[in-house]
Amino acid sequence: MGIEEKLPSGFLLTTVEQAAGWVRKASVFPATFGLACCAIEMMTTGAGRYDMARFGMEVFRGSPRQADLMIVAGRVSQKMAPVLRQVYDQMPNPKWVISMGVCASSGGMFNNYAIVQGVDHIVPVDIYLPGCPPRPEMLLDAIIKLHRKIQNEKLGVNREQEERLAEEAALKAVPTIEMKGLLR
Amino acid sequence: MPDREPRDEESRTRWQNPVAGFGVTFTAMFKKRLTEQYPEYKKPVAPRFHGRHQLNRHPDGLEKCIGCELCAWACPADAIYVEGADNTDEERYSPGERYGRVYQINYARCILCGLCIEACPTRALTMTNEYELADRTRESLIYTKEELLAGLEEGMVDTPHAIFPGMTEQDYYRGQVTEAAPGTVRQVAVSKGERSEDGEEAEPAEKAEGADA
Repeated sequence: MGIEEKLPSGFLLTTVEQAAGWVRKASVFPATFGLACCAIEMMTTGAGRYDMARFGMEVFRGSPRQADLMIVAGRVSQKMAPVLRQVYDQMPNPKWVISMGVCASSGGMFNNYAIVQGVDHIVPVDIYLPGCPPRPEMLLDAIIKLHRKIQNEKLGVNREQEERLAEEAALKAVPTIEMKGLLR
Repeated sequence: MPDREPRDEESRTRWQNPVAGFGVTFTAMFKKRLTEQYPEYKKPVAPRFHGRHQLNRHPDGLEKCIGCELCAWACPADAIYVEGADNTDEERYSPGERYGRVYQINYARCILCGLCIEACPTRALTMTNEYELADRTRESLIYTKEELLAGLEEGMVDTPHAIFPGMTEQDYYRGQVTEAAPGTVRQVAVSKGERSEDGEEAEPAEKAEGADA
């Protein structure tokens, strides 16, 4: 009937959600949150050689109010935990978290009383990135996987419903501290 | 300070400095670009790069892992969980006496240091060059034996299957077995909950502890 019949399907009549997701994923500003050696690799990723600017995210914001993404790079000590949570709380919605490196993901080799055994004890994590430290390609891979997630995020009522379901699932899930075996 | 005539050097730098700045920009235009185009072009890593692990197989498809747990003991981050079990003639996974029944590596803890590779007495555990490991949940970062085991190459038969006729475990390590014996068939994996074809009920497999306990 119209122009949409002459175009490949899904090209013109893309949903608003997809368009919004595409815009969002194309300019994710990370908050500066380097804690240990992973931060060195994060800086390399931001610099000219690996160049996060190709994904529209080279500006590491000093203020959490202007950031969309928190890359927790490094081990989080018990003393740093409330600071991390506060920075996360200060970020405006929508916001995402990448836990970069094994220390941030699960405590890594520092299985002791000083280190938080995974930042998911404190903030919700979207992408876990293993490696000690992960090479810049690994961080870029995690960022691309996060982009894929942002692309498919919902808006409005759908988002509220999704968040409610996620909250219910999280309340039912076994707390990490009660997990056994390798998951602990 | 007394007034003095500006020297030649100073008078030159006064107008040269701003221009010299543009000179840096100008020469940079002709330099080779350094940026790596990562997702489109993946630069190969060093050949002995420490990436994801792999559990190797003998040339006939039997597993090299003997379930000795030396890798788990060597691991500084306690990322490896191994449970050994006995081979039987009806269900054989490795040429020797024991095999690794449960093998899990937690990549949320593994620091890819390679101490497990050094500890492995049979070269069953090696590292690949694969590094794209990021995932959305902690559970999916625990790689089980199915994910870690090497794929089947030509001449290999999937485990469990019988040992090469007339060969011993030592012959496998001497390299005398080069492919699966003709007519090798896969046995029934009773320990994994499979049932034999004559309808006899297999004893229920013990649930793998570790990840899902």
